[in-house]
Amino acid sequence: MEIFLQQIINGLVQGSVYALVALGYTMVYGILGLINFAHGEVVMIGAMLAISSLTALLGIGVPPLLALPLSAGFAMLGCMALGYGIERIAYRPLRHAPRLAPLITAIGVSIVLQNLAMMVWGREYHSFPQLIANSPHSIGGAIINDIQIIIFILALAIMAGLMLLVHRTRLGRAMRAVAENQHAAQLMGVDINRVISVTFMLGSALAAVAGMMVSANYGLAHYYMGFLLGLKAFTAAVLGGIGNLRGAMLGGLLLGLIESLGAGYIGDLSGGVFGSNYQDVFAFFVLIAVLVFRPSGLLGERIAERA
Amino acid sequence: MSHRPLCGSLRFGLLATLLRGFYSVKALEFVSGKHNARWAFWLLLAALLLLPFFTDALLGRGWVRIVDFAMLYIMLALGLNIVVGFAGLLDLGYIAFFAVGAYCYALAGSPHLALAFPMAFPDGVHLSFWMILPLAALLAGGFGVLLGAPTLRLRGDYLAIVTLGFGEIIRIFLNNLNAPVNLTNGPQGISRIDPVSVADVRLSVTQEIFGISLPSVHLYFYLFLAFTALVIFASQRLERSRIGRAWMAIREDEIAASAMGINTRNLKLLAFAMGAMFGGASGALFAGFQGFVSPESFSLMESIMVLCMVVLGGMGNIAGVILGGVLLAVLPEVLRHGVVPLQQALFGKTIVDPESLRMLLFGGALIVMMLYRPAGLLPSRVRRRELDTDEIVETV
Repeated sequence: MEIFLQQIINGLVQGSVYALVALGYTMVYGILGLINFAHGEVVMIGAMLAISSLTALLGIGVPPLLALPLSAGFAMLGCMALGYGIERIAYRPLRHAPRLAPLITAIGVSIVLQNLAMMVWGREYHSFPQLIANSPHSIGGAIINDIQIIIFILALAIMAGLMLLVHRTRLGRAMRAVAENQHAAQLMGVDINRVISVTFMLGSALAAVAGMMVSANYGLAHYYMGFLLGLKAFTAAVLGGIGNLRGAMLGGLLLGLIESLGAGYIGDLSGGVFGSNYQDVFAFFVLIAVLVFRPSGLLGERIAERA
Repeated sequence: MSHRPLCGSLRFGLLATLLRGFYSVKALEFVSGKHNARWAFWLLLAALLLLPFFTDALLGRGWVRIVDFAMLYIMLALGLNIVVGFAGLLDLGYIAFFAVGAYCYALAGSPHLALAFPMAFPDGVHLSFWMILPLAALLAGGFGVLLGAPTLRLRGDYLAIVTLGFGEIIRIFLNNLNAPVNLTNGPQGISRIDPVSVADVRLSVTQEIFGISLPSVHLYFYLFLAFTALVIFASQRLERSRIGRAWMAIREDEIAASAMGINTRNLKLLAFAMGAMFGGASGALFAGFQGFVSPESFSLMESIMVLCMVVLGGMGNIAGVILGGVLLAVLPEVLRHGVVPLQQALFGKTIVDPESLRMLLFGGALIVMMLYRPAGLLPSRVRRRELDTDEIVETV
């Protein structure tokens, strides 16, 4: 029972990070109908920027409680600039091109980012400075850290904020209008290019936070971390129904749970044939299963069968 | 060429097709009458047959090996071209099919299975090359169908991401399937794979033919040349067939294609499976040539490299894809021999290692090509019309 509870806790924490990244995919998809392959790399860059700035700030004697928000802000700004740049360079010129073209540039962008990161930060793992004293709490025998509590609550707060932004503000209304129908939105006086840029920047800022959370949770960051994380977050977005914000959140949490429960019990269930080293496989099978049985996702309305 | 007697017309067909691939280069077309075409054909054939000897003499034995690998990459790129170029489906895990083929050969032609099943196979399994090759192709094709069936009825983006995941999953399985039954030997990979032998001629040792001594790399070159010719032949026939035209119709406008009575899902599945089969067959050749396979040969980067070849050369154009394959297969070697000494000379140390520079160039090439020359270096005519952004904007 403790194991079960423990896996639930781990799953929820990991899932809330997936949800934040999945929101980035789903927002861009909702507005442009495009899978932003490079999003996972933005998460990685966010984590790297946060770690580098945090280490630098702590090095010059800034108190940890001030350094943390500063470096988070720095990573978010960096990623927003990156997201803006990616959209501007790689996607905007191809907005009317056949679908294959932006997909290929997206792959190109993600390869370039990954290798640039490797040149800047090297191939080694970077460790996240230990800021918060690691005081474990026990809930019914399962253990949860302060960091995990903070990650979970912060993620929920950010998601709530995003929902408010999308549903209560002028900008949010513009975003929903562009997602509904670009041409009509333009005729109503919405500056489409601006809305799309802002969407990319918002998604990238979320990615930066998510990257910071992942590296704080595991204590590590690596130039290759964006690839699998991106893939899983995309799966989460599809699971919830791509293009749907609530779906991305639900999908993220669910995927986190599936993964951690799966990894926790696969050894027992398969009689020791498969171990937890197959953890990364679950997301993939979830993706395939969703595509086979419910391509529109749990909360999605429709998927056009256009090529 | 293979030592099997082929019927004359078929052989000529293969070679002529090989020629036609290179031959759509404008200069040749320009000077060609019927007479000249035949000359050009024999000249090209002679050049190709002598290529390993020249390479050996001028650059050394190591470069013949590089040329062999280039041929393998060309085969792979041509296989991917069927999927991406003809049918317009983005496959980002193509190397997984290559891996399936390679491991199929490794298991069916090495002592390795003796470890896992000592009772059933005390000496491992040693099937002949001609048995394993179709097996590998079929197995890879089967994986292609398994993967394509759920995703191909959805939008193309899903296929891209599912194949991306599949490429990674295959690697995870290859890395971990050494327990509880040692199937893949994990990260160490499988070694001591039987070399290819064609009609009792072992390609792994130097052979004397008509007094000319042919080292192993030369023999493999001729084997790969034959298979590349076969793949080119198949690609060209496919392109001009009813199926090929249907693929192109799907690529250009799926709704219009299905309105014309094309069964789009089945044809897309066929393209995907066929591309996978070519990948699997090349994988088997790779395993036989290398004598060793391990999961790290099948990383995502390899998929990207093959995709790059197709995009750079010109999606859907066979000559373009061959050009892309040659360029990109030789590029890493050029970088290795050029960039490192250059940096040493300029800065006194290696700042950017050739491996990451190569990937950076690949990524950059994908972006720049799509933005400025989406149809590739040697574009196919139809494809260029289709990918020309301005034209499409005008019509909208």
